Amino acid sequence: MIRFFESANYDILRRRRLAYGIAIGFIVPGLILLAIRPLNLSIDFTGGTMIVVKTHDPAIRTGDIRSALVDHGVAGAEIKTFGQDNEFVIRARLEPGNETEGQSTDQTRRAVIDALDTAFGSSAYEVVLTSAVGPKVGGELRQKAIEALLMGFGVIFLYLWFRYEWRFGLAAVLATVHDIFSTLAFLSYLHLEISVFVVASLLLIVGYSLNDTIVTFDRVRENLRRFKRVKLYEILNRSINETLPRTILTSGTTLGASLALVLLGGEVLSAPLLVVTWGIVTGTFSSIFIASPILLTVERRWPGEDVRGAKDIGSGSSATVVKASSA
Amino acid sequence: MLQSLRNRLILIGVLVFMAAYGLWPRTRIVRRTLPDGTVTDSAKKELNIKLGLDLQGGMHLALEIDESGGPVADLSDALDRAETVIRSRIDEFGVAEPLIQRVGTDRIIVELPGIDDPERARDIVQRSAFLEFRITDMQGVFLDALPRVDQALEKIGVKPRGQAAVGPSAIEELLGGADSADTAPDSTPSAAGDAGTGADSATTAPGGAAVFSSLLNQQGGINGEFMVLAEDYQFADSLIRLPEFQRAMPRGIDLIWGADTLSVGGRPYRPLYAVDKQPIVTGVDLTDAQAQIDPTFNQAVVNFQLNRAGGRRFGRETARHVGDYMAIVLDGKVQGRPPVIRSQIRRRGQIELGSSNITDAQDLALVLRAGALPAPIHIVEERTVGPSLGADSIRQGINAGVVAILLVVVIMAVYYRLAGLFAIGALLFYVLFSLGGLGMLEATLTLPGIAGFILSIGLAVDANVLIFERIREELALGKSPRIAVDEGFSHAMPAIVDANVTTIITAMFLFFFGTGPVKGFAVTLIIGIVASLLTAVFVTRTLFLVWLQRRAATAELSI
Repeated sequence: MIRFFESANYDILRRRRLAYGIAIGFIVPGLILLAIRPLNLSIDFTGGTMIVVKTHDPAIRTGDIRSALVDHGVAGAEIKTFGQDNEFVIRARLEPGNETEGQSTDQTRRAVIDALDTAFGSSAYEVVLTSAVGPKVGGELRQKAIEALLMGFGVIFLYLWFRYEWRFGLAAVLATVHDIFSTLAFLSYLHLEISVFVVASLLLIVGYSLNDTIVTFDRVRENLRRFKRVKLYEILNRSINETLPRTILTSGTTLGASLALVLLGGEVLSAPLLVVTWGIVTGTFSSIFIASPILLTVERRWPGEDVRGAKDIGSGSSATVVKASSA
Repeated sequence: MLQSLRNRLILIGVLVFMAAYGLWPRTRIVRRTLPDGTVTDSAKKELNIKLGLDLQGGMHLALEIDESGGPVADLSDALDRAETVIRSRIDEFGVAEPLIQRVGTDRIIVELPGIDDPERARDIVQRSAFLEFRITDMQGVFLDALPRVDQALEKIGVKPRGQAAVGPSAIEELLGGADSADTAPDSTPSAAGDAGTGADSATTAPGGAAVFSSLLNQQGGINGEFMVLAEDYQFADSLIRLPEFQRAMPRGIDLIWGADTLSVGGRPYRPLYAVDKQPIVTGVDLTDAQAQIDPTFNQAVVNFQLNRAGGRRFGRETARHVGDYMAIVLDGKVQGRPPVIRSQIRRRGQIELGSSNITDAQDLALVLRAGALPAPIHIVEERTVGPSLGADSIRQGINAGVVAILLVVVIMAVYYRLAGLFAIGALLFYVLFSLGGLGMLEATLTLPGIAGFILSIGLAVDANVLIFERIREELALGKSPRIAVDEGFSHAMPAIVDANVTTIITAMFLFFFGTGPVKGFAVTLIIGIVASLLTAVFVTRTLFLVWLQRRAATAELSI
């Protein structure tokens, strides 16, 4: 029988300062970077035109497309390859200083097509994908996304509030907030484009990460009832260790599925799924290393009834630790 | 125990049947109208899963009334008019299943799956509507010209519909090879006897085949109105478009199709109108049109109003045409049946509908107002996906899905051995149930939907992992497999329910807030969660029960 972490007994809580340090060390620079370089919002939210073209002539490069556009009066467009060498994504956002003549997105689209027709001829390429979003629609989508995120988080937090006694709820919420910020930092480092799908992925991550935390906390509650005389510190450690095989296995399968999609699923969804992949990593991390330590801190500060048997909540003595963590 | 096991198996059987039924390939007739007016039907047999625009390729447009030239007084009415106009052009898009929909208070969504020519679709949508009032052919000018038309068609070798050659040969008729050499670009088969319906037509070319006139069935009610069997419509229309036909037409007369199919004596007919080339007034001069119920006769009427110049011209023309019929033509299609002109009309007129049905009157009023739509429609959002990208996405999605499933299968089999095999069995049911659910709910599969589906494969085994870990713990406590399985399932349940509730909450949010593809993602996610709960808990449990039933209580469980 194969078994990961058989009768594991890592003293995870003892490493909580290291865990907090890692979390802060990752998140804070990301947020600072965000202040310098704002999020890379897609045209879904800024308004603008995105066109993906596939050229039949391998000699056409990004630079050729750029000069074709500039010759035609479309300045400031962003041009990148899209998955393959002969596929290019052309983005013209409706940002100040990044406008083409005529504000309408349809005009921008036409200008880009005209430029390509003039430079390469209409048979030298085909249009694979077009998105043209007017400024009004972009504004609406932005507002809708913010609403969806805030309300989604709100409802989940409310659910936790009712489901758990407030100390558990608070710890789970803080762990989730960690995931949100950590994903934000991730987006900031990689400067990934934020589309409606990325926003949907953010909500999915929150659901997934809570999933993990809930499984651990359910075990904590159960163990609190079973072992009335054991310190909370040990109960938390024990619960994390007991659920560790499940956490690793489920994270493994889900991570495998999302990585398969990032690598094989095509260019359109690779950014959102990279976000999901990160979410699985950070969600797993937070449910092991963040949620329970926060619960310990909260219970120490405001001792709750659930832990009445564990009056002495103080630091675990090394005597109870069978195996020291090296992970 | 046995009883419950049998019930479980029966229930699983029923679910498998339902899922298979939901997914079973159905034959879909896809009808396409090409730009030259020909129609092709192709029957495709495919799995009952509706693909989103991002997978089959197509165009999504969001339209608004352009208010840049000043605010529009009644936005809702302007949108109604715009929608009427776009609907009346629905054939021109040339796609199988176009969707036109009002969204919110200020927007119209047009979805055109599998469109070949996005540029043309943009033009069709944004082209301004054109309304005309035209007097029908009261003098029978077209009727007089019919023999000439028939001859012209005969000269270029057009054969009557349903006949193999000009001048039906008796032998061929005997052999019944009627449809063998149909020249019509129409692929719809038609019964050989259809040509015979021309027996009551007004004129038959002497000695000739009466190619065109045989298609016309005069109804007598309105001068210049002809009824063409709906099945002959494409053929007749293709004849009308021939340059030879147009040359044979009398000067000053146009042939215009009615917008709707009428049922006469239980058969569907498409009316064809011979009308004056010169309209007596156009939509430019129309200022308003409203539906009302005339209280004295309890009859639905449409009151319309013209501007000063239009009123002057209308007054002059209607005075000349009292007793004549006036066709209302929107974008080249006659709307409804032409009303008769009772008296001279100047700036204010009334159209009586001859019934008390206010809806018909409202529709007609809308048509009139649509033709007078002052503000143009503009595109505020456009998304076009080429068909090749859609096909690529499906292929890549399937690849990723296969890899994900293989990965999960290997992990589960290696880690949990026999129990892992149960989980893999449950996973197969999961794939079947979730795809079947998609088919049964007629939900649309989008690209993010595929991603959601693959991600939930990872999540689907989560419940199994939770249960198996529990069973292992119970076994470690020295419990017998039977008890360990029982307790493993019951102890894992709270965590499984909790975990899935949060995901369902997020999915619901995505559904209510998302648009198009994101909604598709949410739907597959929800279906996936329900299917995963059903299979991971119920199906796996049943598999355990089947296994336990055949073993002694002390048998060792490989988990």
